[in-house]
Amino acid sequence: MSGAAMTSLYRRRLFVNRFNLVASLATMAFGMAFLLWILGVLFYNGFTALSPTLFTQMTPPPGSAGGLLNAIAGSVVIVGVATFISTPIGILAGIYLAEFGREGWVAPATRFINDILLSAPSIVIGLFIYTVYVAQVGHFSGWAGSFALALIAIPVVVRTTENMLHLVPNSLREAAVALGAPMWKVILMVTLKAVRGGVITGVLLAVARMSGETAPLLFTALNNSFWSADMDGPMANLPVVIFQFAMSPFEDWKSLAWAGALLITLAVLIINILARSVFRQASVR
Amino acid sequence: MTASSASTALPHPMSGAAAPKVQREPGPPAARHGAGHWQDKLFEHVTQFFALFVLLLLLAILGALTYAALPALSKFGFSFFTTNVWNPVTSDFGALAPIYGTLVTSAIALLIGVPVSFGIALFLTEMCPAALKRPLGTAVELLAAIPSIIYGMWGLFVFAPIFGDYVQPALKSVFGDLWILGPLFQGAPNGIGMLSAGFILSIMVIPFIASVMRDVFEIVPPVLKESAYGIGCTTWEVVWNIVLPYTKVGVIGGIMLGLGRALGETMAVTFVIGNAYKISASLFAPGNSIASSLANEFNEAADPIHRSSLIALGLVLFALTLVVLACSRLLIAQLAKGEGRKT
Repeated sequence: MSGAAMTSLYRRRLFVNRFNLVASLATMAFGMAFLLWILGVLFYNGFTALSPTLFTQMTPPPGSAGGLLNAIAGSVVIVGVATFISTPIGILAGIYLAEFGREGWVAPATRFINDILLSAPSIVIGLFIYTVYVAQVGHFSGWAGSFALALIAIPVVVRTTENMLHLVPNSLREAAVALGAPMWKVILMVTLKAVRGGVITGVLLAVARMSGETAPLLFTALNNSFWSADMDGPMANLPVVIFQFAMSPFEDWKSLAWAGALLITLAVLIINILARSVFRQASVR
Repeated sequence: MTASSASTALPHPMSGAAAPKVQREPGPPAARHGAGHWQDKLFEHVTQFFALFVLLLLLAILGALTYAALPALSKFGFSFFTTNVWNPVTSDFGALAPIYGTLVTSAIALLIGVPVSFGIALFLTEMCPAALKRPLGTAVELLAAIPSIIYGMWGLFVFAPIFGDYVQPALKSVFGDLWILGPLFQGAPNGIGMLSAGFILSIMVIPFIASVMRDVFEIVPPVLKESAYGIGCTTWEVVWNIVLPYTKVGVIGGIMLGLGRALGETMAVTFVIGNAYKISASLFAPGNSIASSLANEFNEAADPIHRSSLIALGLVLFALTLVVLACSRLLIAQLAKGEGRKT
């Protein structure tokens, strides 16, 4: 091959390399630009709409001022109940997968299904709770909303619990068994305790995921313009209020929707950061 | 993985050193405790019960939705999937338009999302300075943490007007006259429609695809990459000819995961897709996806057959994502298995 042909080949390869690496840099910039754009718009609109009355007044009728108190309270209650339902179920199922699931078909099948449920469309979960609960009882309710959110949280908790338990060194289990502890004590008081931080991380991530979910609440908790402490009736909650208010033609409602959107995003981001720091602390020890 | 497989040896006779005569009898160590035995069994069964609960959940969802969708499916038969009517007044329903909308928006999402995710994964694994790797990786994951309703509001109030004013007219003038692509970019550029929905979806699936790609790129044995660099390959050649073929299966798995997400995404699409039951050649036209039809209509549907038709739509969506996500999991698992064999 002549020298000229070689250099032209080199040049082309170098050019292709440079071009693609610059393109890769550009895609990263593209992603970051949209992240900053979305957060910027949200913070700008959210903070201008933020006011103390948000936390002291109920959702208003169109055309008058008001707050989001009932929606905030409803969201906290619905997500709280869902957390109480999903945490024990998720942790126990995770324990089975990690500690007992070495033989038989149950564990591999469950693991596979769990991974699918992890990304299943949340609106279908809402539809499911509607058909098996709401349609049978005959009315929308806060309970139904909590059940739907719990079904979304369980796979998250199962996955993190199992992954965390796999990190426990076997010598720890063997030491506990050698002391004469029965298996259930070994698991609950030694292995699970050793990865407490990681399991809490999983629960926090599940809470963050639930807090932002709108679709499963549409057909379950619905909405309520008034204060409601009754879990057995339609209950106001932030995501559905935001959806309803943002789609409305009223400026007051739209600005409340932005304020609510800011609250939800801040909550989700703070819980995410909290989860990461809990996890880091736990893994340092 | 090593921890779990090695712990099979946990009920090892050696662990019962305190009772030497038991060592002659084979059996789990719990048997020695007498009282502890039934507790252990109980504990195992309780945990197994909840594992089965998760397992049966999927079947329960399929079963309940199928049962509730039966009235619509038996009334319209197979034509439910092939006809394009959606008329609550005459109770005539066919799911073609929402199915079409779901597939088209997801296809647009992948068309934009996959190359961008690949670029981001390439940047994070090969080019990024070590100090920036964690913060940038976290920033990409943040895109997934933002609730989808925020994407919807941003899309409707901020993105769609700009998209309709600047991007769509530009696309129309560039592609509008071409032979095959032309009809896709015709019509009124008002910012709301299939293309906007697909574009916003693409940003939402980027974090999922990019993080799978990044993770599988990182499992490529360094010796493979080093040998390629050693014979003089450029970074791009290493990624294109070594890393990508090695991780092909995992990359496809990641794309399927993103597709699964895109198919079922509800709120963001509902805000910008325009809520119209029609199939138009133009991507600028408003449409409907399965998820957005459900979100818009389900609570207003008073007629049982209308409700049942919507549940049938949900069933179609669930079945579709089930297949896609199952493929995704199988592919990613296959790569992980192969990796264990090779190292």
